Amino acid sequence: MELGPYLILASLEGAITAAVLALTAVGLSLVFGVMRVVNIAHGEFFMLGAVIAWWITGMIGGPPAVGFGVALIVAPLMVGAIAVLADMTILKRLDYDPERTIVATIGLLYIIQQLTLMSYGPDAHPVTAPFNTRLAIPWVAHGEGGWTLIWPWGLGTTSYKLAVIGAAVVVLLGVWLMMARTKIGLLMRATQQDRDMALAFGIPVERIYALVFGMGAALAALAAVLIVPIQQAHYLMGGDPLLLSFIVVIIGGLGSLPGTVVAAVLIGLSDGIISVFFSPTLAKILATLLVALVLIFRPQGLFGARGR
Amino acid sequence: MNDTSKIITLHGGFLLVLFALQFLLPAYHHGNLARIMVLASYAIGYNIMFGYTGLLSLGHALFFAAGMYGMGLSIQHLGFAPAPALLAGIIAGIVISAALGLMALRTGGVSFMIVTLMFAQAGYLSILYFGKWTRGDEGFVIGQAQRILWGIDLSQPGNRYFAALILFSACLMAALWLVRHPFGKTLIAIRENEDRVAMLGYNIFAHKLGAMVISATISATAGAFYGLLFGYAGASFATVQYSIFPLLWVLLGGAGTILGPFIGTLFMFYLIDLSSGITSAYMLIAGVALVLLTLFAPQGLVGVLRAKLWRWLP
Repeated sequence: MELGPYLILASLEGAITAAVLALTAVGLSLVFGVMRVVNIAHGEFFMLGAVIAWWITGMIGGPPAVGFGVALIVAPLMVGAIAVLADMTILKRLDYDPERTIVATIGLLYIIQQLTLMSYGPDAHPVTAPFNTRLAIPWVAHGEGGWTLIWPWGLGTTSYKLAVIGAAVVVLLGVWLMMARTKIGLLMRATQQDRDMALAFGIPVERIYALVFGMGAALAALAAVLIVPIQQAHYLMGGDPLLLSFIVVIIGGLGSLPGTVVAAVLIGLSDGIISVFFSPTLAKILATLLVALVLIFRPQGLFGARGR
Repeated sequence: MNDTSKIITLHGGFLLVLFALQFLLPAYHHGNLARIMVLASYAIGYNIMFGYTGLLSLGHALFFAAGMYGMGLSIQHLGFAPAPALLAGIIAGIVISAALGLMALRTGGVSFMIVTLMFAQAGYLSILYFGKWTRGDEGFVIGQAQRILWGIDLSQPGNRYFAALILFSACLMAALWLVRHPFGKTLIAIRENEDRVAMLGYNIFAHKLGAMVISATISATAGAFYGLLFGYAGASFATVQYSIFPLLWVLLGGAGTILGPFIGTLFMFYLIDLSSGITSAYMLIAGVALVLLTLFAPQGLVGVLRAKLWRWLP
């Protein structure tokens, strides 16, 4: 068998990782950029999204597409509401002090994770994809009659996986449009640039903070709902997305949205390809070391040109 | 009584109580207290960096595990006796912390927390990656025959308690001596106002590096003793959770106090011990405690005691 088809498959899998990662990391980046808060509980919001999606689809029943469609809207809203609540009851009272909020979000991480363990249980549960047509990957081969298109046996992807990539692109475009073109996006950017000045101009900074924190969590939850038909819902599933989002956000430049997306694509794709050819653990070791070294020697990120 | 004699009386008395307790406690709590003393030594190490120097590390499990694996691997694969193995563990902690400090201390605040977290994560993953020697997640047992230090069998509960007490006393007295020494006082000054200390001509970087190496050395010593006394080394001791625990213990007991780490460890240990009898989600307690402490009692138990009652408490 040739290497080519496998490479295509690896990049496709990588593209899915990248799509989900971009959504999760943009959520983290938004929260860090606007609020200067490092949200360690971000991975747990991701996990909550997946678990709530499982719960909703199970409750509604009927054809998978209906339940999934409802989950796609309701799960991020619920998780967003939980995050807003956490912001108003905990983070606001800490006055968004960077170090104390980290400790508090670590606490939040355990609270969410362990409450899920108590209610949802230690088992993984699947969610059925709304549509799941198998698509074979075509490949060009040189046969007896010249170049022909072949479908290597067993190599394929599904229509759902391609839809995940499409959905992520649409949502990311939506976030970018909101930040760049709408009033609320303008208020967020103003708050990001100078909190005190924004306050002086009558921007309700506290409400913006609550909104941003909720939105960041909702983006993570949305990413989880998208991935849960491919990867089952489990109460410990928040760890990897958290670590990877951190890697992406830091390499992309803290708080820079375009940098975050570029880094997510890069990390997602290389993760897919490296894991096929090398040990996934080694890939993770290298990635974590890279993050630490970037933070030490190039704090603005590999792509962030703006100095702070 | 002046402050110095008050301090000596209080801490000496405290150690005497711990010494006497071994004859009074029932077997279960006797074993627990030995464990708590070793973990509290780890917390004392953490406190030197977090409580006294104001450097919040999220990666101390790296140092704890360095001590544990430096000790365990040299027994397992090099056939070391316990004493040189303990030394190997401590040296591993010193070397790793010095290397890490040289890099990580170039950053500050939030970046420092993430850098330490990432290095510790890389350390944990490395333990998994080199599973051929470390046995990864499963870990390895250090047999009874390998745990006889100078003819004393450390797997015996009585000897184990005594070894834990000696370790804890040494760490406590070292910390007490340090914070009353000019070097320690400079660390406290750095915590309070770094710029002013720099302006007065002190070398901030060297002091922070010193604090980090001392802190890591104590943590590594605790890790090495933990492995030796309880006969097991496993990758779970290198996880993020074991970096969060000392933070939690120190916050609960009181950051920047000498007795705080022990008090915090004692409370948290029994809180988790009791709740794990009721539910498997015992880490919920840790989460709730972290949030409540940051919200309502950033000073911790001993911190409140110092603020309200004994202003001379170190």
